[in-house]
Amino acid sequence: MKNIQHTLLVILCATFIFSCKKSSDSPATGTGKVSLEFDNRAGDAELVFGTTYTTAAGEQISFTKFNYYISNVVFIKADGSSYVVPKDSCYYLVQHDVEESRGPLVSNIPAGDYTAIQFVLGVDSAKCAAPVEQRTGVLDPAGEGQDMYWSWNSGYIFLKTEGTSAQSTMENTFMYHIGGFGGTTSATINNIKTIKLIAPEDPIMVRTNRQPDIHMYVDAMKLFNGTTNISVATDPMVMFAPYSTTIANNYQHMFSINHVHND
Amino acid sequence: MQKRLIYICYLLCYVLLMSACDKSSDKPAIGVLLPVNFPEPVYNLAANPVSWDGFQLGKSLFYDPILSKDNSVSCGSCHIATSAFTQHGHTVSHGINDQLGKRNSLSLVNLAWGKDFFWDGGVHNFDLVAFNPIQNPVEMDETVANVIVKLQQISAYKQQFKAAFGSEEITTQTFTKALSQFMLCMVSANSKYDQYVRKENNITLTTDELDGLALVKAKCSNCHATDLFTDGSFRNNGLSSSFEKDMGRYNVTLMPEDMGKFKVPTLRNLTYSTPYMHDGRFTTLEQVLNHYSSGVKATATLDSTLLNNGTTGIALSDGEKQHIIAFLKTLDDESFIRDKRFQEE
Ligand code: HEC
Ligand code: HEC
Ligand SMILES: [Cu+2]
Repeated sequence: MKNIQHTLLVILCATFIFSCKKSSDSPATGTGKVSLEFDNRAGDAELVFGTTYTTAAGEQISFTKFNYYISNVVFIKADGSSYVVPKDSCYYLVQHDVEESRGPLVSNIPAGDYTAIQFVLGVDSAKCAAPVEQRTGVLDPAGEGQDMYWSWNSGYIFLKTEGTSAQSTMENTFMYHIGGFGGTTSATINNIKTIKLIAPEDPIMVRTNRQPDIHMYVDAMKLFNGTTNISVATDPMVMFAPYSTTIANNYQHMFSINHVHND
Repeated sequence: MQKRLIYICYLLCYVLLMSACDKSSDKPAIGVLLPVNFPEPVYNLAANPVSWDGFQLGKSLFYDPILSKDNSVSCGSCHIATSAFTQHGHTVSHGINDQLGKRNSLSLVNLAWGKDFFWDGGVHNFDLVAFNPIQNPVEMDETVANVIVKLQQISAYKQQFKAAFGSEEITTQTFTKALSQFMLCMVSANSKYDQYVRKENNITLTTDELDGLALVKAKCSNCHATDLFTDGSFRNNGLSSSFEKDMGRYNVTLMPEDMGKFKVPTLRNLTYSTPYMHDGRFTTLEQVLNHYSSGVKATATLDSTLLNNGTTGIALSDGEKQHIIAFLKTLDDESFIRDKRFQEE
């Protein structure tokens, strides 16, 4: 009997401490959803397949494919604390010609005000080497991920873009298939890019009764225009090759949060 | 006493595995044999327990040309059981529309002990190996996604998948794991040499064979290590002086030090698996040994064990070569080659 009383007391105390802590941390409770809006652009206009754009190298290009993996999303608060989206639901494949894929919804985020997000452009190395039962959904190499997987040099293609250009020396086309997760037994090229974006004005206000939308601009032209300007005449096709790191270094700068919708 | 213990342990291992793998008694025993003279397997057998139904399904898939684009080429076309699962009579593989690949097919044997697959080690997860031949334009020129669509339309396959994995639905996971179950069971460990080291059936080696064994231990086991006769590493054994035709491991790592390196193959079943090397350039073991004694070409990435005080290769007298060949023949595993369970029906 005494024992039971004791236990009850402990439970009571624990409940009290627990609930106290919660309410003092933040006024918001529960969890909410956020949509990640990847608004693909070309310079200051919306990206449209078939439209001709001019690169910094002075070449005319137009896109026919623009796909990339986003993974390992983290929501960060002003005080530096963060919420890491669990491994089983943190992989997204954005395909420019598949509208739903450009606005993945993240659920179960603890309510609160977040001022920044972080994510990986690509697929982390652990997942790139994972057993087949962990390769489901967008990572299924014979399913949704079939266009984004190298079968001879096992690994995911992090970003895949293709298109046409009169200046290209490869039948007027260009192809950039960028991947490389660092290898398993020996170190190979690593094009995994971790990207942190700060919300420019309003924080991302996660609440049970709201669904904020992080409206990101993704400027596809930054792949061509950057530290090194890429030329489709000189390099019409880049896949698993040292030059892929130059392209990845350029395209890691293509993301920014333009604004956040909190209503 | 000790040898008896080892033997009992070996038997026990076998029995346990067999019984663990196959619960119903009406089905023949099948499983991945773990010979005591082998190191620990690399493949996670617990994550894909072999069953008779899974093995049979994997076998059906392995021998079914439906896995290729025009239903003309099966895995078994290039991996023939009686040739230790290589493509007999071809230096490089011969695939769909009579197209030639650039490499000699590898023997499919003792795969549960493999770390990286293919001559360049491009695939590091055994369950994902099938993607490579199926999606290679000069091998089967198909997509795994489409193979699954095709299989889903065949009711016999749906039943086989249900029996093996409990669901008619065919997924990437069940498709690849079925193929794995079949291939993992291809364990070759019953050669004369194996019986000799395990002290079974009073098998002895001749003095020539014993001398060959000592020579292989001394001169080859740096690379052809353990009773798998490979350490799974990538080395340049001096076949070429330039690598434009095939850069090997470099294609996968892009590191200059990997230029011209290839996976060390096993030395088991060589009688059946001719021709030899990644490009099938040698047809006899004499040619192979002549290469090691006098044909090794010095390049920047040549393995250091094949370079001694400025001379390349491994010094071998004619007598020594003959003894090495005599020993290598003790690694032929006739019972494996003739094992009906692995052969096309
Ligand atoms: C056109 C001939 C051809 C076909 C068809 C073919 N293979 Fe192969 N296989 C090869 C060649 C050639 C190699 C070595 C290639 C290389 O290393 O680049 C190989 C290597 C392998 C390996 C690697 C073995 C090791 O030790 O690393 C496995 C496993 C394999 N094949 C399984 C299969 C399966 C399963 C199929 C059917 C889905 C298949 N193969 C179909 C020719 C073929
Ligand atoms: C430095 C490491 C190394 C040493 C030492 C070495 N090998 Fe090899 N061996 C290899 C590699 C690597 C290959 C595959 C080369 C290729 O195809 O490019 C190979 C291939 C072979 C093959 C062809 C097997 C097949 O299935 O194609 C045979 C046979 C062989 N070696 C026998 C020997 C013998 C016998 C010795 C000792 C006299 C020896 N090797 C020493 C690394 C080595
Ligand atoms: Cu907006």
